[in-house]
Amino acid sequence: MIELDSVMLSRMLTAMTLIFHIIFATIGVGVPVMISLAELIGIKKKDRYYSLMAKRWARGFTIIVAVGVVTGTAIGLQLSLLWPSFMQLAGKVIALPLFMETFAFFFEAIFLGAYLYTWDRFKNPMTHWLLSLPIIIGGTLSAFFITTVNAFMNTPAGFDMEDGVITAINPIAAMFNPATPTKVFHVVSSAYMTSAAILATIAAITYLVKRDQEYAKRALKLTVTAALVFSVSTAIAGDLSAKFLAEHQPEKLAAGEWHFETEKGADLVVFGTLNEDNEITGAIRLPNMLSFLAYGDFNAEVTGLDQIPDDEEPPLWIHYIFDLMVSIGFLVLGISFLYVLLTYVKRWNPYQKWMLWAVAAIGPLSMLAIEFGWIYAEIGRQPWILRGFMTVAEGATTSPNVGWMFLLFFLLYFVLGVGVLVVLRKMFKDHPAELELEHLYKEVDEGGKR
Amino acid sequence: MGYEYIGITVLWIFLYGYLIVASIDFGAGFFAYYARITNKDHIMNKLISRYLSPVWEVTNVFFVFFFVGLVGFFPDMAYYFGQALLVPGSIAIVLLAIRGSFYAFESYGSKNNSVYMFLYGATGLFIPASLSTALTISEGGFLNVTDDDVRLQFGELLLNPYSWGVVFLAVVSVLYISSMFLTYYAGRADDEGALSLVRKYALFWSIPTIIASMTVFIALSQHNPEHFNRMFDYWWMFGLSVFFYLIAVFLVYSERFYGWAFIAVMFQFFFAFLGYGISKLPYLLYPHVTISESVTPDTMGLALVIVFIAGLFLLIPSLILLMRMFLFDADYVKGKK
Ligand code: HDD
Ligand code: HEM
Ligand code: HEM
Repeated sequence: MIELDSVMLSRMLTAMTLIFHIIFATIGVGVPVMISLAELIGIKKKDRYYSLMAKRWARGFTIIVAVGVVTGTAIGLQLSLLWPSFMQLAGKVIALPLFMETFAFFFEAIFLGAYLYTWDRFKNPMTHWLLSLPIIIGGTLSAFFITTVNAFMNTPAGFDMEDGVITAINPIAAMFNPATPTKVFHVVSSAYMTSAAILATIAAITYLVKRDQEYAKRALKLTVTAALVFSVSTAIAGDLSAKFLAEHQPEKLAAGEWHFETEKGADLVVFGTLNEDNEITGAIRLPNMLSFLAYGDFNAEVTGLDQIPDDEEPPLWIHYIFDLMVSIGFLVLGISFLYVLLTYVKRWNPYQKWMLWAVAAIGPLSMLAIEFGWIYAEIGRQPWILRGFMTVAEGATTSPNVGWMFLLFFLLYFVLGVGVLVVLRKMFKDHPAELELEHLYKEVDEGGKR
Repeated sequence: MGYEYIGITVLWIFLYGYLIVASIDFGAGFFAYYARITNKDHIMNKLISRYLSPVWEVTNVFFVFFFVGLVGFFPDMAYYFGQALLVPGSIAIVLLAIRGSFYAFESYGSKNNSVYMFLYGATGLFIPASLSTALTISEGGFLNVTDDDVRLQFGELLLNPYSWGVVFLAVVSVLYISSMFLTYYAGRADDEGALSLVRKYALFWSIPTIIASMTVFIALSQHNPEHFNRMFDYWWMFGLSVFFYLIAVFLVYSERFYGWAFIAVMFQFFFAFLGYGISKLPYLLYPHVTISESVTPDTMGLALVIVFIAGLFLLIPSLILLMRMFLFDADYVKGKK
């Protein structure tokens, strides 16, 4: 039995908050890109469907952002409330990007307000479109800054530690630690991919239930193409992340790949299960592939768990999580590729039931991959909170009330989750796109007459 | 000047900014709900929603900025407050979360849903109450500090007259600041019906505000005499605060210059808040944390200050843009856009 002390409970509460926040944060980073694209295409092609698409996405986006903001505020505070000793120590070195992030939030919040309330206030529609750019920049910058903090926890840099005292602080080096480039690339790219995929899911379902099919066709084309592009870049970024791990955080890669012995020409273990004696059964072994993935060389030596002190080994179950993330990555890539292929080859018809159902799956799948990716990254860091310097147990609060807070926040997220679903449903169910378009035309035409 | 002074000045200004913008927001939520249950919502709510919709997130960022900045400049505060404030802090987070999201649900999603309105109105008063306990605790006397632990003594906090004085002051100031602002906004929008209503609120809440301020003074003299005595060195700040209070109330009473009246309110709180803050120094958390001992190392201090200045160059133009679009655009305020 795992003991539910305040360390364990703090971990559970942090995990719950982040797992909830990341859903909204991911959409918050990625969807502005899609809104901006749709609005731009609408203006360039003078196609009102695309302009409407931008408007409808933006409307749903406001609800998501609201929950992103409040849950983000929750983590921001929880980091200090649950990990006071960690923040006291790490704050001296890594406070900079956290501080910069608040400016990115300001920037995004200001322009989001401006964007949402000025759809028809400008003579030149491009002026309004320009307002979408600061939103993209703000969202992506917040992802960048927070990811640098997480990267720092994995590969701390930019300071010296002597007898528990931190010296020689270099905030810039801390921010641009070895983990930063690959992590940021992968996080941002997967956020774009997931956002495109979720919008594709919505469009596919709209088409399947036979509503607004003209609108849905355009939405599908845009979103699935974007999902394809971003899933390719996500896979590339994931590969780079694995190469980074091999070099700087070998224990995470080794635990994720069930790579026990340090060796040259290491095999890649895919799927499978582990028995009591840590023997792998039922796995697919790809000879020398791990060496290739880790170093781009089939004979390179890959560090195994034998090199890692026993009490610094991450849990081995992250292998399943890792495999699930990677499988989803290739599945989504495949589905969107197939759909795009069917669209561009004239004789073929992408609007077949099975194809659309497959497209409908990519949104939820991608979101799952985001969650799996983070769980892999975070659990793979165990037992460290600041790798090599502070363990999770040393960083946690000693307050006896964490359990109650866990329940409190569980309730909160439950209410928020249900609230979001109810409100979004209401928002779109009673307002189908076709109807809204007619309505808009009417207003525009009448406005012209007046 | 050391980074501790730059840091505390920046943080204090932002906390002051949050105090003003959040009070407007929290109070407006309460008034919107109050108007609803007294069937006056047709008069009030359009006014309130036109102002609030575009800015609530910006308000929230003020708060985030404050606590991220606090931990950045004074990392030790993360330790003391983090350990001590788990429960009150979490309650404040939950209230803020409910309020923010249900506000969004109400205004972008299902319009006029009474439950949402209630949540958003009631939390408007509970949030200032719960946030103000952080200031109360910083006066000392509520923490049990040992070598490896910091505990909050709930019993003390709940039975203490000073802590209730602060809660009372926080709640009435919110209503006072907010109604003063709405008076100005209604005046700009030429909305006679709303104006006469919110003007009455403003005058009404001005009375408990001054009473509560005096009460808190007296309670502090009992609770932390050292801080209380230092306040006398800055008596002129509190004097100015009262002076601006009188101006604000006088202008609203005589139905003139609502804009200036609100500026007077801002000065009233600026001086009171500044006087309170300056006299509190060097303590952040009496008597455990002082600004000079807890300040972050110099390199980080410098980096934070540089980022802050760069950030202002980004922020100020954008804020001006936002205000010109929504706050000072007469057509928008009047509902023509
Ligand atoms: C749509 C989401 C998604 C998809 C399809 C993938 N990933 Fe991923 N992955 C993430 C979303 C993600 C993430 C949520 O963005 C993580 C969590 C922490 C991080 O840095 O990125 C992550 C982490 C992560 C890490 C750990 C990085 C670290 O801890 O520093 C590795 C090695 C990979 N991924 C590799 C891959 C590979 C080889 C994929 C094959 C296609 C892949 N990922 C698909
Ligand atoms: C948003 C996506 C993220 C998710 C879903 C996520 C998930 C998790 C999970 C599952 C844990 C629990 C680990 C365990 O119990 O063993 C955890 C712990 C933690 N995470 Fe993350 N994480 C995310 C991003 C971040 C970022 C960006 C930071 C840094 C600012 C961070 C900081 C922490 C801390 C301080 C802990 C507690 C220490 C620990 O248990 O390792 N997380 N997170
Ligand atoms: C990689 C994981 C994360 C990503 C991509 C991410 C991104 C975002 C985004 C897009 C928002 C919405 C901001 C807005 O639209 O205004 C947000 C809100 C927020 N996030 Fe996260 N976040 C992540 C993890 C975290 C963590 C670990 C923290 C804690 C330090 C955090 C702190 C916050 C805060 C405080 C807010 C609210 C900001 C506001 O008031 O506007 N986030 N985040």
